[in-house]
Amino acid sequence: MTQISPTTAAPQSAEMIETLEYAVDPLRRRRGLRGWLRGDGPHMLVFLIPLLFSFILFSWRPIVDAAIMAFQRTNLIDPAEWVGLDNFVTVLQDPLLGTAVVNTLWFAVLALLMGYPIPLVVAVLMSEVRRWRGVFSALAYLPVVVPPVVAALLWKFFYDASSSGVFNTIIGAVGIPPQPWLQDQATAMPSIVLFATWSAAGGTIIIYLAALVGVAPELYDAAEVDGAGVWRKVWHVTVPQLRGVLLVMFILQIIGTAQVFLEPFLLTGGGPANSTMTILMLIYKYAFQNSLGGDYGAATALSIMLAIVLAIFSAIYFRLTKGWSSS
Amino acid sequence: MKSAITRVGLAGVAMVSAGALLAGCAGGPTEEPADGTATIQVAIDAGLEPEARANFDARVAAFEDANPDITVEAQEYTWTAPTFTTDLAGGTLPDVFTIPFTDGRGLIANGQLADISELVAELPYADQFNPNVAQAGQAEDGAQWAIPIAAYGQGLHYNRTLFEAAGLDPDSPPTTWDEIRDAAKQISNATGEAGYATMTSGNTGGWILTTLVNAFGGRTESGDATAPTLDSDPAVAEVLEYLHALRWEDESMGANFLYDWGTINQDFASGRIGMYVSGGGNYGNLVTQNALNPDDYGLTVLPLQGADPGLLGGGTLAAVSPKASEVEQAAAVKWIDFYYLAKLTDETAVVETAELAASLDQPVGAPELPIFDQAQFEQYQSWIAPFVNVPVDQMAPYTDAIFDQPLIAEPRVATQDVYALLDTVVQAVLTDRNADIQKLLTDAQAQAEALYTKAG
Repeated sequence: MTQISPTTAAPQSAEMIETLEYAVDPLRRRRGLRGWLRGDGPHMLVFLIPLLFSFILFSWRPIVDAAIMAFQRTNLIDPAEWVGLDNFVTVLQDPLLGTAVVNTLWFAVLALLMGYPIPLVVAVLMSEVRRWRGVFSALAYLPVVVPPVVAALLWKFFYDASSSGVFNTIIGAVGIPPQPWLQDQATAMPSIVLFATWSAAGGTIIIYLAALVGVAPELYDAAEVDGAGVWRKVWHVTVPQLRGVLLVMFILQIIGTAQVFLEPFLLTGGGPANSTMTILMLIYKYAFQNSLGGDYGAATALSIMLAIVLAIFSAIYFRLTKGWSSS
Repeated sequence: MKSAITRVGLAGVAMVSAGALLAGCAGGPTEEPADGTATIQVAIDAGLEPEARANFDARVAAFEDANPDITVEAQEYTWTAPTFTTDLAGGTLPDVFTIPFTDGRGLIANGQLADISELVAELPYADQFNPNVAQAGQAEDGAQWAIPIAAYGQGLHYNRTLFEAAGLDPDSPPTTWDEIRDAAKQISNATGEAGYATMTSGNTGGWILTTLVNAFGGRTESGDATAPTLDSDPAVAEVLEYLHALRWEDESMGANFLYDWGTINQDFASGRIGMYVSGGGNYGNLVTQNALNPDDYGLTVLPLQGADPGLLGGGTLAAVSPKASEVEQAAAVKWIDFYYLAKLTDETAVVETAELAASLDQPVGAPELPIFDQAQFEQYQSWIAPFVNVPVDQMAPYTDAIFDQPLIAEPRVATQDVYALLDTVVQAVLTDRNADIQKLLTDAQAQAEALYTKAG
């Protein structure tokens, strides 16, 4: 079976990349410093400096500062005091850490169950639609356009647990009793995941739709000749062709769910009774709960630990799946 | 040639961008203008109704007329523990801001407030503060770094309309906790709204739990403030059992168990809550921020029971940012004197302020506790009497009895952190029918002890 890989689909890409690299890398021209100065070098430097400066100032410096702060005790006013690994010990001994890790994993599992297959199914269905595809795409993407805070507050209103709440009125019409939604330890997290899926699915659907355009129609024709139905075509043609995108979206989703903050922060504040306390909520709690000045050392220590775990997870994941996307 | 000009032009744009970026990133202390003028940012409650904002702007104009060297800029600010910490760490607090009594001494010890004690000492009423109130804003040496501007005792706010709908007499509010429970059940059954609701989030769950524990005759901290008493004082468990009964046996607490100060005020003002406990002076916020219908409002004292009950008190301090320059600090103290204190101490200012507020339909005469002595408080009450427009009769059950209730200060050590721990306990009781109250308190006690140890 012929596979459509990025290189065969766009044979000009490699040449283009080489040309671009040549264009931006003065060393490749094997010219001396004088040549570089007479050429585009100084202009390039002038253009590069603001970008480089802002990148260093707003991206890398905070990361380095955070890494240093993880080994300090500071209230950001008095001089910081070096405390070695104390902050890491504090975090690891906190009984809330286990709760936050379990809750974050629970969120990740629910988000994968709800948020991973639904956009794929919707994208496949939308790709089959011949008319109004643009309208459907716009409708699917609409939740992404709504500002997250506005969307969360809207859903908080929908989730009103009284019998007159929006969702409870809707399900009441089909005889289902009012649900507590965010007000119960068991249902709070699934309710948050439902909102998160609604708000993020649009972006994922658009990515899948774009990838589906790249699937060669001949493959579907061949499958049809072999007598494949819709689901067999999806399983044997669409999914294998989207494997690369699916793998990337999977790791992005895992990283995203590990860093979930906005949804529990706005909808439940980590409650009821810490049932939606995620790792990032715990970091926020360390830093900002105490109005006399937070434990910024513990907050940054947990942030560093989370970053390391995610980096290791990503490395292992890409190592394990290295061959999958092209085989 | 054109290409070269374009490139030079673009390079110029890039350089300007870089310069702008550098300029934008350049921070530092405020430079003092050579002419002695000062511009200060002052706190204003967030989300005020238009009339309340007009009232504030009119007072700013009056201040600037009296102090032509000072320009006042309003910055929306409402104290909550998380947002205050963020502003504090990020240096984005206004020059003049307010903090609760619980935080005064800690912030002073951390050097997170400006030392304005010399400026405060020059105020004509500096030595007339109620000593119990003044100490919340004093450093170890007694210097007054933050100025008390309001004091309150907790009260039971109730909705008279819901009382009537449930067949209760709004002029005879409950006087015992059993009566509160009965009234809550009656309101809930008759109207479908929450008969009694309580705050549970943003450290307010611990605050209100502590209030009820004190009213039940208990304490959450030992007398010498060296240890928490969450699992040893029986009143703590008693209050949680009481809330558990309202929630699970009577089902009279509605459907929202994640209220904080702002959201419970919203729901109370919109007629969805029969009763709740909060600061006795809350009427002003309910009107100016939540459009409360005054006819709905009722206020009474908390019932006290048990061996040594008391009313949890608290208050507000006005403070100045440590980032303010000396000129700005002087201007800030003038503003605090004008905006917060002259309207209590200077007859002309009191009358002008009350008259202006009343003309803009803003509440005048909401209940409060004296921050000076009793005589000064009574004099102040007589000055504003012609302008009082709040429904004083509906607050009589509170104002008639509040001065007879023994006041208790908030716990002194790790107050907000312990309140946060207790948020979880209260939420667990209200969202888990089978919550093991004793285990919750044992766990909370262990964590609170760690906080006390850490605080030294």
